Amino acid sequence: MKYLKEFRDPKLARKILEEIHRVTTRNWVIMEVCGGQTHAIIKHGIDQLLPEGLELVHGPGCPVCVTPLELIDKAIAIASQPGVIFASFGDMLRVPGSQKDLFTVKSEGGDVRIVYSPLDALRLARENPDKKVVFFAVGFETTAPSTALAVWQAKKENLRNFFLLVSHVLVPPAIRALVQSSRNRVQGYLAAGHVCTVMGWWEYEPIAEEFGVPIVVTGFEPVDILEGVLMVVQQLEKGEAKVENQYSRVVRREGNRPAQELIRRVFEVTDRKWRGIGDIPASGLRLREEFKDFDAEAHFQLSQLKVEEPDVCISGEVLQGLKKPVECPAFGKECTPSTPLGATMVSAEGACAAYYRYHRS
Amino acid sequence: MCLAVPGRVLEIYEEHGLKMGKIDYAGNVNVACLEYVPEVQVGQYVIVHAGFAISVLDEEEARKTLELWRELAEAAEEEEQEKKQSHPGTQREEP
Ligand code: SF4
Repeated sequence: MKYLKEFRDPKLARKILEEIHRVTTRNWVIMEVCGGQTHAIIKHGIDQLLPEGLELVHGPGCPVCVTPLELIDKAIAIASQPGVIFASFGDMLRVPGSQKDLFTVKSEGGDVRIVYSPLDALRLARENPDKKVVFFAVGFETTAPSTALAVWQAKKENLRNFFLLVSHVLVPPAIRALVQSSRNRVQGYLAAGHVCTVMGWWEYEPIAEEFGVPIVVTGFEPVDILEGVLMVVQQLEKGEAKVENQYSRVVRREGNRPAQELIRRVFEVTDRKWRGIGDIPASGLRLREEFKDFDAEAHFQLSQLKVEEPDVCISGEVLQGLKKPVECPAFGKECTPSTPLGATMVSAEGACAAYYRYHRS
Repeated sequence: MCLAVPGRVLEIYEEHGLKMGKIDYAGNVNVACLEYVPEVQVGQYVIVHAGFAISVLDEEEARKTLELWRELAEAAEEEEQEKKQSHPGTQREEP
């Protein structure tokens, strides 16, 4: 496929790898923030081809993984109600809540539907005026424009039976929280290409400057990831800390303006809890007052659920790049993709699932 | 959720007042909303995420990214070839 195969060319990958080996003189720790990149790295064994002492650690960039348990439980409570069609991206269905998952709700007779776009959920609302259609709006800045437009459109069409259960999270505040943590070992970052496609990369410039860390906006194919790693190492070796763009065929510095504009009109920034990490100030989005009628949490009046995480699971530390999945005693034993104990084993973008799938032990 | 693959815009149309497109991913044709890429033309490549095109692929930049590494890889290959060709010669000359 055009613009895909070229960026998987082993010849080019090998050349970049040689260059990484040539320029690396010291030990460095680099975090890839995005779960999609984690997956590609483990799939192609990129981490094992790097010079010894050049370590890749996996970041929190898996929206499914960081959706708090309380919210999964709320989703389950809403989806279990009669007269509700609950629409969600497929990978949310098997995320364990404190009692069960959405898949179980579906098998118990709940009307849970898998959709690919929030516009599919909107169509369900149009076609089922006697039902309440609730869309589970999870995801980073990449998915926020699509849910923003769905709500905007629902308002325009005066659809009264369309609701969002919003759990959108923002990447730069999370990176800031990780960089500031006393346990942080990461010296450079690969920023997630598609988050930057929407938001641009100007938000990262103050982080790079304030904390002296190189940040390179990076794509998802092996050639992209290797080139991103090379660009970070080159900066580290020279003692530089800039934001650079490896993924120039897709990402522009200012990002996608129309998408940012609609996100700003529909949502406002709020504090948000990240599963496994905890509360991060100003790290999420919620619907603005004008769109409150579409807010499922307000409409269904769910009481504040307080739930505890199972304590065997170390996915919080995995998500912060402090531990690797194989350090978890449950990995591959009690915890597998068919019997997941934590969200990082459920999502295709979760680090535990990637390690399991590609037989890392 | 985040692994968007570039697809080629086959057709642009309107639905419920929204700009939509048929996108070809090497034979798999799917629908995406084009509201966020108002400048897009039929034949261009877009990155689609959750049913929405979020960027038009810049073909010139794609070429530039690959060019340097291609040149280096080709140069290395030629060197390799030369070595292979000269190597047996030197061996034969040895007593
Ligand atoms: S292997 Fe399972 S239990 Fe262990 S950290 Fe990963 S998701 Fe949690």
